[in-house]
Amino acid sequence: MNARQRIAVVFRREFRSYFQTPLAAVFMVIFLFLAGFFAFNIGGFYERNQADLRPFFQFHPWLYVFLVPAVSMRLWAEERRTGTIELIMTLPFGTADLVVGKFLAAWAFTSIALALTCSMWITVSWLGNPDHGTIIVAYLASALLGGAFLAVGAFLSALTKNQVIAFVLCAVACFVLLLAGFPAVLDFLRGWAPSGVVEGIASTSALTHYESMMRGVIDLRDVLYFALVIVAFLVLNVFAIDWKKSD
Amino acid sequence: MAAIDVRSVVVISVDFRSDLMASRIVAKKLEKRFGQIHAVRGIDLEVPAGQVLGFLGPNGAGKSTTMRMITGFLEPTAGSVHLEGINLAEDPIAAKRTFGYLPEGAPAYPDMTVEEFLGFIAHARGFRGREVKERVERSIGRVNLQGVRRQAFETLSKGYKRRTGLAQALLHDPGILILDEPTDGLDPNQKFEVRELIKELGGDRAIVLSTHILEEVEAVCTRAIVINKGQIMFDGTPAEMEARAPRTVVKNRMDHVFRMITTGDVAMGTTMKGGSR
Repeated sequence: MNARQRIAVVFRREFRSYFQTPLAAVFMVIFLFLAGFFAFNIGGFYERNQADLRPFFQFHPWLYVFLVPAVSMRLWAEERRTGTIELIMTLPFGTADLVVGKFLAAWAFTSIALALTCSMWITVSWLGNPDHGTIIVAYLASALLGGAFLAVGAFLSALTKNQVIAFVLCAVACFVLLLAGFPAVLDFLRGWAPSGVVEGIASTSALTHYESMMRGVIDLRDVLYFALVIVAFLVLNVFAIDWKKSD
Repeated sequence: MAAIDVRSVVVISVDFRSDLMASRIVAKKLEKRFGQIHAVRGIDLEVPAGQVLGFLGPNGAGKSTTMRMITGFLEPTAGSVHLEGINLAEDPIAAKRTFGYLPEGAPAYPDMTVEEFLGFIAHARGFRGREVKERVERSIGRVNLQGVRRQAFETLSKGYKRRTGLAQALLHDPGILILDEPTDGLDPNQKFEVRELIKELGGDRAIVLSTHILEEVEAVCTRAIVINKGQIMFDGTPAEMEARAPRTVVKNRMDHVFRMITTGDVAMGTTMKGGSR
């Protein structure tokens, strides 16, 4: 078996496991409900009288902050708690096969939840004439943001046996990643830090890159940013597993 | 003269090859440190096909740690492991294909059914299509899991969990089996069944199993190794081990020798009153 086939085996088991527990149903219902709730009640989807999905997409980062950790917390912590980590790590898989397979399964799962929100897209198309290009790019941005948070969460899950700790660590890490681009934080920094530093901090934030894509512009730097975060945390994940697997 | 030289070279190379083939597991000078703790201190081990090796030792002696190094779950601090001639450190994925492993406590995914779990193992072992089904059927039959095949792992009794673990280890018919406490927690009937299975499998495989039950070693093993504080204290046949007990000991002679080796409490030649259990 080559690496791709090994990753596919891991992916299949992981992906199915979401649907063997109520996790999938609970996650999807809550995600869809909250995404709609924020868009309609807080974002003023109808009141704005504009045919776009901005009020829908602008709350995704804040939804992901506590929903993504709920998916990622179990990735490794559960394997360690049940002892199955010893089983999978003595099957003919490399550590990277397991890390990538698990990550892709989790990402596919959250992306499906995201795809189920297409009813919003249908609604807005029926009511008006939205810019479909912008919406597609915004969906891509949302998927990339979810992927980046999942990679961070998978890494943190590898560091502990305790799922609650994995959840809290991931939520805090994702929150910090967002906060670095939050206008209030940047305004506070602008008061005393040189503009280069402020720009530097803003550019490390997932929020900055997400919002620039949400406007419908594909900037290579934004896509590259998410790709880098994902790859970097998957590499860290491999090291974390090899280092802490037997604890 | 020249002809003789050539022949002797040939003979040497043949010997070398057959030696490699004969020992399916070759572990050399295995060491493991966990921070301050020196868990395994220089273990050398060679297990040829057809041998059933019983790994004995008190809790914390380093049995599981040694098995985890042989299966590649833990990297040794020093030393090397070869499985079927493949260096575990150099080509871990190829080396991991050579054995089936039952980790301590027989872990499996709680929400998967026995069938689904074995199907996953079959895919992980590289089987595809019809072969997956055949392999799963065969290993279900081999350890009598027919009655619980559609049950989730977490709902199984201890005995069935252990058997699922065995089925998983046997699935690809490996030449090497490494079983960490395969009969732990089983009732006497289940223990008997597992022992019969191990005996049956022993013929052409190299099997390493750890256990606390000394009668098990007598029943299934062709070789016994006692380890204590990370070192091999005894290596020989179960009969040789038993023969170490002083003649005055009549009952539970293996237990007596085990305690002699691992604690030093029972000096050679003293009689244990009321048996040693």
